Formats: sequence, C-alpha cells, structure tokens
Amino acid sequence: MDKNEVEDLELDLLVEGVFRRYGNDFRDYARASLRRRIRNMLVDEGLPSISALQERVLHRSEAMERLLLHLSIGVTTMFRDPAFFASFRKNVVPYLHTVPFVRVWCAGCSTGEEAYSMALLLHEEGLLERSRIYATDMNAASVEQAKKGIYPLDSIKEFTANHQAAGGKRPFSEYYTAQYEHAIFKQFLRKNLVFAQHNLAVDASFNEFNVVLCRNVMIYFNANLQERVHELLFQSLRRFGVLAVGRRETLRHTQHERDYEAIDDRERIFRKRG
Amino acid sequence: MTPPRLVVVGTSWGGLDALGVLLGALPRSFPLPIALVQHRGKDADDGLVEVLARRSALPVCEAEDKAPLEPGKVLLAPADYHLLIEAGGCALSIDPLVNHARPSIDVLFESAAQQLGPALIALLLTGSGRDGVEGLKAVKERGGRVLIEDPATAANATLPSAALAALDPDAVLPLGALARYLVNEASHVPPTPAPTRSRA
Repeated sequence: MDKNEVEDLELDLLVEGVFRRYGNDFRDYARASLRRRIRNMLVDEGLPSISALQERVLHRSEAMERLLLHLSIGVTTMFRDPAFFASFRKNVVPYLHTVPFVRVWCAGCSTGEEAYSMALLLHEEGLLERSRIYATDMNAASVEQAKKGIYPLDSIKEFTANHQAAGGKRPFSEYYTAQYEHAIFKQFLRKNLVFAQHNLAVDASFNEFNVVLCRNVMIYFNANLQERVHELLFQSLRRFGVLAVGRRETLRHTQHERDYEAIDDRERIFRKRG
Repeated sequence: MTPPRLVVVGTSWGGLDALGVLLGALPRSFPLPIALVQHRGKDADDGLVEVLARRSALPVCEAEDKAPLEPGKVLLAPADYHLLIEAGGCALSIDPLVNHARPSIDVLFESAAQQLGPALIALLLTGSGRDGVEGLKAVKERGGRVLIEDPATAANATLPSAALAALDPDAVLPLGALARYLVNEASHVPPTPAPTRSRA
C-alpha cells in the first residue's frame, strides 16, 4: 500500500468512526472535496495525519464541532448568482401568486444568506405575508448563526450589488439596521422564516413545498448520496412545485430527471410534472 | 513510463491568448481529456467558454458537477467554482478562495495528482501570482509530468518563473512546442528531447 492508499484508508476510517460515535454521516460525501477539507483541518489543528485527527475527534466533542465546521457548505452570500434570483422573480413568482399559501424550503441553508434573500424577494413581490420559508442545515452552529440574522457590515456592499443585479425593487438599506460594524435584518423579514437543523443525508421529508432550493449543496455528495437526496427533494415537492439547484449542477442522469421540466434550464429552475 | 490519462492546464493573466494558441494547435483527434483552469471573475456570463471554443478544434465546455472526463474534450472550470478531479470524473466545490482565486489552479492540480499519480500531465502557462506552483509540486511528487511555459515568451513571466524556482519540470517550452509535446505524449511516441532551460 502506498502513502496515498493509506490516506484513503484513514479517510474511510475517520468517516466510519464519526458516524458510529456521533451519527453524522459523511461516508457518501464526494471524495476529492472531503479530502481537501480534511487536509485543511490537519493544518489548522497542527496534526500530522488523519489518524491523529480521528483520535482527537473521537475523544473530544469540541474537535467534532470543528470538524463539522470544516465539512459544512462552502461560501455563501446574499443573492449569490443574481441571475438566478432575477429568473426566479420572472418565472416562478407568477406561479406563487396562484397558490393559497407559499411554502419554501432552503435545503442546506448554511449561515442563512439564501433564506434571507428569498424572504426579501418574496416581500418585494408582495408574497411574504402568506409564505413560510423553512431553512435547514445539518450544522447546528450554522443554524444558530442564521437565526441571528446578523452579518458583517463589510459584506453589505456585495449584498447590495447582488440584490440590485437580482432585480431588487427597494434600496437594500431598508432591510437592515446597522450596529457595531454589523447589519441586522429587520424583524418583518424574519417573521415567516424558520431555521432548523435537518440532515439531508439521514433525515426524512417533513412537509410539502411549493419551492425547494438546494443550490451547490449536493456538489459535496457522491452519486449515491445525491440519488438519495434527489428522492427526498422529489417527495418533498408538491405537484407543479419548483426545484432549483446550483448553476453547474444537473438533473441529467438522476432518477427523477424525467419527472421535471425546465422552467429555466440555464438557471437550473425546474417544475415537478403533474 | 505510465501512459497519460489526463492533461490539466492552469493559467491566469494572459491566459486567454495563450490558451487560444495552445488549444488551436491541438488536432481534433487529440485522444486525451483536458481539464482547464483560467482565472476568471464571478460572472457566469463572461463569454470565456465561447471564446475558447471558437479557437479550439476540440470541443470546450464548462464543467458540470460529476461530469465524466472524455477523450478529446476540454472541460473548463466554471466561474466562481473550484474544479476537482476524482475517480468518476470531475467534481465542483464552492469552498473559499485559494490563492485569492476560485477557480484555483492548485485545487485542480492537487486533486488530479491525488487521483492520477503518474498518469497525468500538468501544464502551467502565463500568469501573475503563485496559484499553480504548489499544485505542480504535487503533480511532480506523485510521478506526473510537469510542463511550464517558457517565461521568456510568456505574456506574463511571473507564474512560470515562480514555478521554475520551485521545482524541476520535465520541459520548459514556448506555447507551440508545448502543444507538439502533448500530441507526442498522447500518441505514445517518445518525444524528441526538447530544449529545457537550465537553472544556472
């Protein structure tokens, strides 16, 4: 066995150990990004090997917290891919006006930016009063952070530009108050927004939604897990409900490919067929 | 020598023209898949893939998550994603910037080195900064072949020079010769000894 194969083995043992000890299941995460993130953690922790990391993680739950952070979804911002939100306004909002109550699920919401973006958009389209947005993530710390709705003022410039590019109807500054180098989203935006912990890899469906957003989350999963999650998302959608995935993700070669039709293929917005 | 199964290419400043020359010189019959990082902004509609496709006889597409690597096809790292290589093909990530870049050359090269070891050829072309240097070292360590664009003719010598200072490549060549080297490798014909820059 060469050094590489040993490291592969250590990675297998780490995710198995974490699963048995804590119940978090990373066994079907995409290997290349998993390996990269674990290696970054070795550097941060000052550890020489994945086996050493396993020792630390199995014996100390704070180390497990840190591992969770390293394996959580990547970078996020308000109105990331403004073109997606612009298309959502144009192509999905009219459908939402026809339903009695709008249920949206942001699956894998990380620190909440996407969920607040959706709340903001629905507000601007006069839909927020009769909507509920459920935003979930497997990482409890991210969920707690998201609930606060507080973001560094440094990020506001980017948020503002993205909001504008996404077809924002009011100045972004109307949506937050600034305090101590931070921006806090106003209460009216959070009223119908619920953050909760939920693990796409292991938990079941919990509602029927008109809209499910799962954007740039499944890129971290291998094909097996992607298939399981696609099943979950499919079961969670009402007929004619809308599924949105990330710009460079595809439904092609997934088991439910034919059960959706594209509303906007370029922005990866799909409708569940009747 | 292990036959190569993938070519990975990285470039930043000046890459657009360099890639036009490199891809333009590869024949339609080129049998290896190519994965490519060109440093680019966040805008998905920057037209990069169209520009490259026009100058290339090989089809050029932006990589989709889990897309397979196909012989004679060029996969371009999409704007604002990292491109990685794994067993089934390519994979994407939106992890933080590496060397201030996303897509990052190091991320592509390191994952390709991990996956393919000696069956890999990595090219580093014109550029500013250092993104790609660590990746090239990883390729070399795993027995892959490392080619660097000759700093003397590169649009921006910074990146190729940084790489030359960090490791011993298999060849240092101007663009046209790099393309010929690749074609030779791909056809399993041992390359004629190419002039390499000696590090005096």
